[in-house]
Amino acid sequence: MAKLKPLTGAQATAEAMRQINPDVVVAYPITPQTPIVEFFAQFVADGVVDTEMVPIESEHSALSAVVGASAAGARAMCATSSQGLALMWEIVAAAPGLRLPIVMPVVNRALSAPINIHCDHSDTMGTLTLGWVQIYSENAQEAYENMLLALRIAEHPNVLLPVMVMQDGFITSHGVEVVKVLEDEEVKKFISERKPDRYLLNVKNPYTVGPLALPDYYFEVKRQQEVAIYNAKDVYLEVGEELSKLTGNKYPLFEEYRTEDAEAVIVALSSTAGTAKDAVDEMREQGYKVGLIKPKLFRPFPYKEMRETLERFKVVGVLDRSIAFGAYAPVYSEIRNALYESDKKPKLQSYIYGLGGRDIFKTDIKKVFEELLSGNVDSQTQRYIGLRE
Amino acid sequence: MAEKKGWKELMRGGDLPPATALENKTGSWRSLRPVWDPSNCIHCMICVSYCPDMAIPITKSEEGVIGKNGRVYKGTIRLETNFDYCKGCGICAVECPTKCITMVREE
Ligand code: SF4
Ligand code: SF4
Repeated sequence: MAKLKPLTGAQATAEAMRQINPDVVVAYPITPQTPIVEFFAQFVADGVVDTEMVPIESEHSALSAVVGASAAGARAMCATSSQGLALMWEIVAAAPGLRLPIVMPVVNRALSAPINIHCDHSDTMGTLTLGWVQIYSENAQEAYENMLLALRIAEHPNVLLPVMVMQDGFITSHGVEVVKVLEDEEVKKFISERKPDRYLLNVKNPYTVGPLALPDYYFEVKRQQEVAIYNAKDVYLEVGEELSKLTGNKYPLFEEYRTEDAEAVIVALSSTAGTAKDAVDEMREQGYKVGLIKPKLFRPFPYKEMRETLERFKVVGVLDRSIAFGAYAPVYSEIRNALYESDKKPKLQSYIYGLGGRDIFKTDIKKVFEELLSGNVDSQTQRYIGLRE
Repeated sequence: MAEKKGWKELMRGGDLPPATALENKTGSWRSLRPVWDPSNCIHCMICVSYCPDMAIPITKSEEGVIGKNGRVYKGTIRLETNFDYCKGCGICAVECPTKCITMVREE
């Protein structure tokens, strides 16, 4: 039987890590990720996990050590945020290239400059082209469950790629919720043991990992990697079905909330989707036909499924918690891309909100819905929620 | 080199089976050449393990060879550098504890 526990998003992540009991966890603190490795360090100190915990001097080294441990055959993890993710960028690109099944929780935080420790998605949106599977979590419950999903996806023989599991800095990572935690035994069974087909510590079967590949081979290796990340979509759904039997929750590529007969929907990631659900409920009570789409699996991006869903609506507003300077915002770009082939394109509007942790309220989201329903939209411009003129 | 492989045939992530460096002769890169003085060698294998190109072959010898101070070294011994692979980096010369390797300019 699952237990109900009051946990922060960071604690929920650490709880999943405790149950996974990785062989190696490399820790470097960075706000607002720090409590994940702090809680985990406590588990190590108390002897409830037998993880080798490596405190290290920087994030660049942290992910490097995780890469080494993973290549050696271990289950290895680290966690990061913002500048930390930026500092490890070089290795962030190397890990999927080396095809290592690393799971890394990322607590979303704005990137400098100016320095800001609060939530936005500019850190992980900057890594979209690097080849990690990306899953965004709305709350602590999802942060917990996504860690278990992530491990299975990463280690699946058709994937073998690293996975980032996101949650919103402070909003999710530091806010306490009731989280339904599975039995340790159930988790143990669900994740089973890592059985790598080759690993560096197997001296009976030596091989070279990370060799040089010049123009004659690099391209082919990248094509392999691309196929692997596309495979992650089916694996996500398959493993999700399995986890569903334990948790009773569903793991769609994106969640649809009250979209049945909706005319206007908004697309929003992570914790904002929770606020939007309340806004949708209130507007539904007043008779407005509105709904929400919450992307969960963001890489690989489910273009076809998203297109087939969005075609049903008249107008779609896309909320981005990051800017792509000189380009359409990251989530908006994907939604626009998804609809290019459609004959029944809804009208689109891009909104930027919440940068550097600026709050977004139900009233803001209701205003967005009113604007969408009024038909006053322009798919080629960006609008801003909560920005002072 | 054989026909180049397509992406489906490659090992995952471009990993390689062992000893593929044997196909890749790096001797032509050399501008300095290690000259080994076997009469000063203690067959400690330090040069062998530091050489990035496995350019220093080893063998087992029952009868042994004469090395430093006229001593006979038996068991695993190093042989003359293989110049097909030695790229002349000089690591062996730096690491050798008896300084029995000297780097000289290739003519
Ligand atoms: S390091 Fe020097 S002494 Fe040792 S085996 Fe090599 S050449 Fe001989
Ligand atoms: S010079 Fe470099 S490549 Fe040549 S034998 Fe010495 S260590 Fe090896």
